Amino acid sequence: MLELVDVAKTFAPRRGAAVTALAPVSLAIERGTFLTILGPSGCGKSTIFNIIAGLEMPSAGTVTLDGTSILGMSGVVSYMLQKDLLLPWRSIIDNVVLGMEIDRVPRADARARALPLLERYGLGGFEHRYPAELSGGMRQRAALLRTMLCDRDVVLLDEPFAALDAQTRADMQEWLLDVWDDFKKTVIFVTHDVDEAVYLSDEIATMSARPGRIIERRAIELARPRKRSVVTTAPFTAYKEHFLALLHRPVGEALAS
Amino acid sequence: MSADLTEIAAPIAAVPHPPAARGTLRRVYHESAPATWSVLAGRFGIAIGVLVLWEVLARLHVINPFLWSQPTAIAAEFWRTLMDGSLVEDASFTFTATICGFVIGTVSGSAIGLSFWWSTWYAKVMEPFLIVFEGLPKLALAPIVVLALGLGIASKIGMAVALTIVISALTTYSGMRAVDRDLVRLVFSLGATRWQVFSKVILPGTFPAILSAMRINIGLALAGAIVGEFIGSQHGLGRSIDYAGQTYNIALIWSGVFTLSLLSVALYIVTSWLENTLLRRFFHTTTSR
Repeated sequence: MLELVDVAKTFAPRRGAAVTALAPVSLAIERGTFLTILGPSGCGKSTIFNIIAGLEMPSAGTVTLDGTSILGMSGVVSYMLQKDLLLPWRSIIDNVVLGMEIDRVPRADARARALPLLERYGLGGFEHRYPAELSGGMRQRAALLRTMLCDRDVVLLDEPFAALDAQTRADMQEWLLDVWDDFKKTVIFVTHDVDEAVYLSDEIATMSARPGRIIERRAIELARPRKRSVVTTAPFTAYKEHFLALLHRPVGEALAS
Repeated sequence: MSADLTEIAAPIAAVPHPPAARGTLRRVYHESAPATWSVLAGRFGIAIGVLVLWEVLARLHVINPFLWSQPTAIAAEFWRTLMDGSLVEDASFTFTATICGFVIGTVSGSAIGLSFWWSTWYAKVMEPFLIVFEGLPKLALAPIVVLALGLGIASKIGMAVALTIVISALTTYSGMRAVDRDLVRLVFSLGATRWQVFSKVILPGTFPAILSAMRINIGLALAGAIVGEFIGSQHGLGRSIDYAGQTYNIALIWSGVFTLSLLSVALYIVTSWLENTLLRRFFHTTTSR
């Protein structure tokens, strides 16, 4: 279980008042859960993301994985951003095995492990191509596969499909669910897109901005595996309406609750 | 909404075309790529035209043939030095000095630039020194370099290194800082050591900048070698030009300058080719910048 207890972040500029980026946030995530952090821009989603990833230290609070503190630790989670961050001078297969290579898995073994997965996840035949030769969607697939193959228990995804066109994005969401189903990892997905959040998640933690805080946590009880057609069903629409209303609530009202 | 649109649109539609604009039809300007043969013909035409004009003006004594020489005399001088072997000997001396200086300057300059990645303190301390040395007119150092390293090839290599090393260091340094920080963070977060980040991300990520510095450096290395030869040398195209100037052999100066230009263009072409080949082969891109 991944647990955040009273995690807060304030920035103290040299002059002027300290800025609270993140009000104390507590969040417990069961192993194997797909949790989405949904919120408008500037709500501190990426701050939470960076703190869990160990890239930033919180001003207060603790982050533990199965009881062990992971504050500022690398090598516990693997993450992926909107940018694919593939190395342009490496072929797709050599990009995908990067994490294993850093763990000093012999290159031949790493490749042997990655190759069937490339086939399975729609990158078959592209293993010796280079990132510049692939479309944005393909590059994101490679980036996600690299993230999954790092073999960490927790995977963080920060708006990974935000730069893709609507059609590719829908394909990628379905594809992500397949991958998640196979790898059985805890996924924390950050997005501001309500449709994406409802379609993908087991649970959604909704945040409000300034200061960033979690205003609601709700389970999404739509049966899995989810077909694309779920998005036109009544329960889906009800969830969607709920979250849209929640996100567009006036700030004062959100704070009062 | 639609009512608004008609209200706005109506007066615009009512404006009559100015009468002059109505009758004048003009073909849309469309530039097409010129034929290769015509471009080549133009280039040769200009080169031959300048040479012929120069020769004619010198023969008619419109310009002083003693001061300016003339193409036929230059060609004769070129042929003479080519036949007696001195041209090839001088050119290969200058070529060797240039290449040695270029390689030493580029490699050590890039190494200095890359070393800044390892410590921000060290990089910050060194930065002003680098900028001062970059701003320094290094050609003015030539007498010292020649005195220190002697009249042989070492001082020419030394000058070529002096001209190229800082450019390489600075270009490498800025190329290195342009490597995506998110990428560096990602690789660190995968548990990579500093050496792994350096060898897997920083070094290959900086390589295109190192390559693009090569193209600038090859010309600078040649200039450095020539200046070294001007100050004091027994061989080289620079010495040959200097000697020709002292003995008023203007045709030999021109012949030397012409040889230098050939050398310079050849070096530039080879370096550009090398850069593009390496970029394509290792970086799978053709854009160098």
